[in-house]
Amino acid sequence: MELSGAQILLQSLADEGVEYIFGYPGGAVLHIYDAIFQQEAVKHILVRHEQGATHAADGYARATGKPGVVLVTSGPGATNAVTGIATAYMDSIPMVIISGQVSSPVIGSDAFQEVDMVGITRPCVKHNFLVKDVTKLAETIKKAFYVATTGRPGPVVVDIPKDITAPNITVPYKYPKKISLRSYNPVVNVAKEQIKAAVELLLSANKPMIYAGGGVVLGEASSELTDFTRHLGYPITNTLMGLGAYPATDKQFVGMLGMHGTYEANMAMHESDVIIAIGARFDDRVTGKLDEFCPYAKIIHIDIDPASISKTIKKIAIPIVGDVKPVLKQLLECLKESKKKPNKKALEVWWKQIDEWRAVQSLEYDRNSDLIKPQFVIEQLYQVTKGDAYVTSDVGQHQMWAAQYYPFDKPRRWINSGGLGTMGFGLPAAIGVKLAFPDADVACVTGEASIQMCIQELSTALQFKTPVKIINLNNRYMGMVRQWQEFSYQSRYSHSYMDTIPDFVKLAEAYGHIGIRIDKPEEVRPALEQAFAMKDRTVFLDIMTDRTENVYPMIEAGKGHHDMKLRVALGTSTDRELA
Amino acid sequence: MKHIISILIENEAGALSRVAGLFSARGYNIESLTVAATEDPSLSRMTLVTRGSEDIIAQITKQLNKLIDVVKLIDLADSPHIERELMMVKIKTTEQTRNDIRSVVDIFRGRILDVTPSSYVVEMTGASEKLDAFTAAISPDSIIEVVRSGATGISRGEQGLHL
Repeated sequence: MELSGAQILLQSLADEGVEYIFGYPGGAVLHIYDAIFQQEAVKHILVRHEQGATHAADGYARATGKPGVVLVTSGPGATNAVTGIATAYMDSIPMVIISGQVSSPVIGSDAFQEVDMVGITRPCVKHNFLVKDVTKLAETIKKAFYVATTGRPGPVVVDIPKDITAPNITVPYKYPKKISLRSYNPVVNVAKEQIKAAVELLLSANKPMIYAGGGVVLGEASSELTDFTRHLGYPITNTLMGLGAYPATDKQFVGMLGMHGTYEANMAMHESDVIIAIGARFDDRVTGKLDEFCPYAKIIHIDIDPASISKTIKKIAIPIVGDVKPVLKQLLECLKESKKKPNKKALEVWWKQIDEWRAVQSLEYDRNSDLIKPQFVIEQLYQVTKGDAYVTSDVGQHQMWAAQYYPFDKPRRWINSGGLGTMGFGLPAAIGVKLAFPDADVACVTGEASIQMCIQELSTALQFKTPVKIINLNNRYMGMVRQWQEFSYQSRYSHSYMDTIPDFVKLAEAYGHIGIRIDKPEEVRPALEQAFAMKDRTVFLDIMTDRTENVYPMIEAGKGHHDMKLRVALGTSTDRELA
Repeated sequence: MKHIISILIENEAGALSRVAGLFSARGYNIESLTVAATEDPSLSRMTLVTRGSEDIIAQITKQLNKLIDVVKLIDLADSPHIERELMMVKIKTTEQTRNDIRSVVDIFRGRILDVTPSSYVVEMTGASEKLDAFTAAISPDSIIEVVRSGATGISRGEQGLHL
């Protein structure tokens, strides 16, 4: 079978099992778009901005575990995609980004819409390719998917000059079934001794902690993590990226840890004597001040990426480089075989201590306010969706509230930009999720600042019938910026406020959707019910929340886990907010 | 401590910039970097000299290994090895200084490649420290130009860095 480069690309994607590509046409990819027009296997989702394409593909990938695919043109199309590529890179999301490039003969001549995409994306991709020969195209696509989805996943860019996809040059097509790279071997075997040593240490603990992150979600190891945790009876905390890896409504779950984690999770980390970190990378938002991080703990660290081990926290007692799923299975097997059992007495004392920390109720807020509390909105969202929605978020206070007040019991339900912290992520990501799961409830929790960064995708949502529900926690501030300015800059609210905010109801209507404005707490529940009852409509809920609400608890910059700022300071009965 | 990291890398366009970019992006320092094709034209051999604490060197080698194009690497400092660097120095000469400079070149086992009435070009190979010692032995006023290749290295014994 002889095909043109453009046809080879499309056929390769079809052979790879790609369902959707998220893209935007332009000069350098016109041959490819012509080939898209003439096939049906791969559906193209036309976004309104290339950043939206990357986030939508990213949301699709996070919800399904399958790689997201993006197609953009050269120059501005490519550079617009970079923010989304970096977002996926920071959270290890498998994506393949096809970017058009100017024709090979004019590369390097500052041609129209030319940019060195391979150069620009080098620091924010797992790998990238420039295709120089159409006979290598199918193989390169195969390599891109292989690299993106194996080992520690990540985005891979394939830059294709326009002449490579020209319709008049055809070559034989064969999509490789398997591929191997001599320089890339993602499979690692874990030494039995390491597993034994880890189990030994785990069973010697008096104050154990399980700290699990996004690697468990990416590695499809939630059920293994759950079995492992229940077998031990130890407390478990999840990182922001790990939420849902362990059922949040389970009694062994002590909440999220880190900067806005629960009091009990952070205190337990601080006091713990043995910590097992599973698919987590000791991010600075988790550790707080490095010198004060878990001073009493011996640490076991499981990660698929050797470079994650001892990167920030140096004192790792037992490093295990491997895929979390088989490693957790091996650990559980070894635990079951072991004659030694967890120290029941010590564990009882430890749980008693944790329950005391829990009693502080660090997530409590003023439930009697006349104003709409954002936490209340998330709790209502949880109830209305019966805890079973896919929730995407943008970045800021609303993101933290969604993480704190919507307990996720399943992996891949919580979809947010954790590493890069990209505002504008939520709406396009929700569209990607809804395409993957048309019958599921998909909510985008956002704020009036974040939503405006990719608001144009409301148009995509209409065209491709992805009825998502936008929960806009509108506090008329860039809330997280305002909060930091309140705490650290004596309330000098420098540019964290927009004097003009659009009428989101009219805006939603202008895009062909339904907009509802909510001003009173008692309107929240009925509006949410109404929104989710409208299965075939995108609904924009513009919710006027308390302007000065802050995210608590908080570990301020440069402080340790035990030094948290609580809404109600321990030992006092008054609160700035409640007074 | 100084480390000489020897890397076997796919001989692809952009492979060098992936390595150089990694160092600048993560704030590691490079003292020197040499690269050339090997006996297998699909592979390049890169020798990278860097300095840092054990923690930093461990991160550097892990991050380098993570690059998809990197096939293998070793830190030569971990075992007995030979280090060589090539240097060419252009030195101003006068009737009075000529003989003195020649004897210093002899002591360092250098070779004079080019002679004019007022200059020598001296070639010298050796460990980087030896080359430093030679330039220190010549009066700084008489050095016109110094070109150094950066260090390359190879391990001792029959073990080698190959596929």
